[in-house]
Amino acid sequence: MADAVTTAPARGLRNDQASGLVLLLLAIFIGWQNRSYPLGSLQEPGPGYVPLMLAVFLGAIGVLIALRGTRAQPVRDMKWPEAPRAVVILIACGIAAYALERLGYRITIFAFLVFFLGVVERKKWYSVLIVSTGFALLSFLLFDTVLKVQLPTGPWGY
Amino acid sequence: MGETLQNLMLGFSVALQPSVLVYAFVGCIIGTLVGMLPGLGPLAGISLLLPATFGLNPIISVVLLAGVYYGAMYGGSTTSILMRIPGEAASVMTCIDGYAMTQQGRAGPALAIAAIGSFIAGSVGVVGLMLMAPTLAAFALRFGPPEYTALLMLGLFVLSYLSGGSMLKTLASAAIGLLLGMIGIDAMSGYTRFSFGLIELGDGVGIVPVAVGLFGVSEILLTAGQDSVPSVQRPRLRSLIPTGHDLKVSIGPIARGSLIGFIIGIIPGSAHIISSFVSYGIERRIAKHPERFGKGAIEGVAGPESANNAAATGAFVPMMALGIPTSPITAVMIAALMVHGITPGPTMIQDQPELFWGFVASMYVGNAVLLILNLPLVGVFVNLLRIPYAYLYPCILAFCILGCYSVSNSTVDVWIMLIMGGLGYVLRRFGYDLAPIALGLILAPMLELSVRQSLAMSAGDYTIFLQRPLTLGMLVLGLVVLFFSLKPLFSKKGKDWRSEVGLEDEPPPEAAPQSKP
Repeated sequence: MADAVTTAPARGLRNDQASGLVLLLLAIFIGWQNRSYPLGSLQEPGPGYVPLMLAVFLGAIGVLIALRGTRAQPVRDMKWPEAPRAVVILIACGIAAYALERLGYRITIFAFLVFFLGVVERKKWYSVLIVSTGFALLSFLLFDTVLKVQLPTGPWGY
Repeated sequence: MGETLQNLMLGFSVALQPSVLVYAFVGCIIGTLVGMLPGLGPLAGISLLLPATFGLNPIISVVLLAGVYYGAMYGGSTTSILMRIPGEAASVMTCIDGYAMTQQGRAGPALAIAAIGSFIAGSVGVVGLMLMAPTLAAFALRFGPPEYTALLMLGLFVLSYLSGGSMLKTLASAAIGLLLGMIGIDAMSGYTRFSFGLIELGDGVGIVPVAVGLFGVSEILLTAGQDSVPSVQRPRLRSLIPTGHDLKVSIGPIARGSLIGFIIGIIPGSAHIISSFVSYGIERRIAKHPERFGKGAIEGVAGPESANNAAATGAFVPMMALGIPTSPITAVMIAALMVHGITPGPTMIQDQPELFWGFVASMYVGNAVLLILNLPLVGVFVNLLRIPYAYLYPCILAFCILGCYSVSNSTVDVWIMLIMGGLGYVLRRFGYDLAPIALGLILAPMLELSVRQSLAMSAGDYTIFLQRPLTLGMLVLGLVVLFFSLKPLFSKKGKDWRSEVGLEDEPPPEAAPQSKP
């Protein structure tokens, strides 16, 4: 249970306590959302029955994890060195998802790779251009043209 | 037996068709690359290739995806041995002695024994699949909803017992997966649940965006920013030949690994990962000189590598015979077949003999292809490891977006992938196992439907689960497993087998960030 057992005296919330409480909150949210579906009866369960049982189970497990997490690593001691990069990646992917059907596959993926290779990784401009253009065009050729997987094209036909 | 051979001949007549052969070959190469590349495991690799199989016939689809699966098992061992980076999680144990052998200048024999062991184990696994799946399928024809309910419950309990790490966290992951599986239209009442007004969620959350997000994107979120290219030894062809002594001491571990791996493969869970841990633990335990383990014992490479390949094949037994996925990978393969209107299950082997036997025969061919391909070309493949990660991860992310979008031409799947990627990243940082989420997602609708059908059959009488001997037997077994899995919560006395074989230990620290299912 304790991922990194520490011998230091308890201070602040432990990581297992935090994750257990989040699971409990998630279970409560699901239970709240579930109220609009009929529960049915024990003999004839309705569409809300199994989700409610699962939410109760998840909540109970969350409480157990939190109760047993007193010796886990404190949350404030957790290191997140990769977190800023991870957030940038998720935001960039989100923008790409938004642009995919609006700009088309090739333009979106080209811009996506230029951003990562050129801006985030600061690679040389010619290698950025070669990799980004090559990937966008070749992957489109392979998947759309050869394998007949339909990929979106934007207003300019790319 | 005669009938089996006749069917196998039918299978080979399918598998040796040039088009099938080409796709088996392509699958093996892609699988090897996927297994070697950090950030892409067999599950994410298969999920991403899934849309590309929509235009192919079902036999070719499943042969291609299976090739990727066992190709990745081979590929993963190469990076474990040469660089101490497990290309996929099942190769974590290979790192220990494989890399020690590399440091002693014996990378060649380690790679060769890994390949030979994988080949033998893969072949043993295929024989097991060939003999067991049709028998199990014939038996499963008698299964009704109560039996399926008990089987699925048993599967979930076994999964929670066998998963590494904290039992409670595994159960929490399974519950999250089962709840994700509740999203969409309820098959029995027609209610759309938890769709939050999105029409696309009416069909439920697909396994592909969940698998790619949890296992592909989250891996990249954890590892992005690393730009160092580790030094790689390029083994020469001549150095690959193992000595007579190497072969002699490896025979036992390969045989045991094949058997253990196949049996564990049939049981639900991340079988290929667990099997390699169990095999390593057993080899260390029965060795005359256990102190050699960790310092370059070839048995420590032969056993786990054989076990994970046999387990990869064993996982196809319940998938083909019962239609029940025991791992997220077989779940994606079931999805691949269902796209073509084929539902794996007891009747499939009878109704689609050319599909099942063609698949079995293609695995014989694939194993041979991998042995022939991987050993001589290992020097070529390791060049891939020299590509800086800064170039690799944006391209892998682009593939993830492409793969998820093209499953149903919807950006909603890309959003699900990103949410799952973020969730997977956070859960991994907090020590949660991700495989039960993917498995729970697939099993949830099956489990709910079978429970409610059972109760409809018995007019709401729960004793239906106790009146049928097979159902009762499986439920009792499930409860026993649940008891053992929860025992550490109440008792601190003694160690169970899990800690003895290393399942409760963390993977080697150098290996952990790069491993993936």
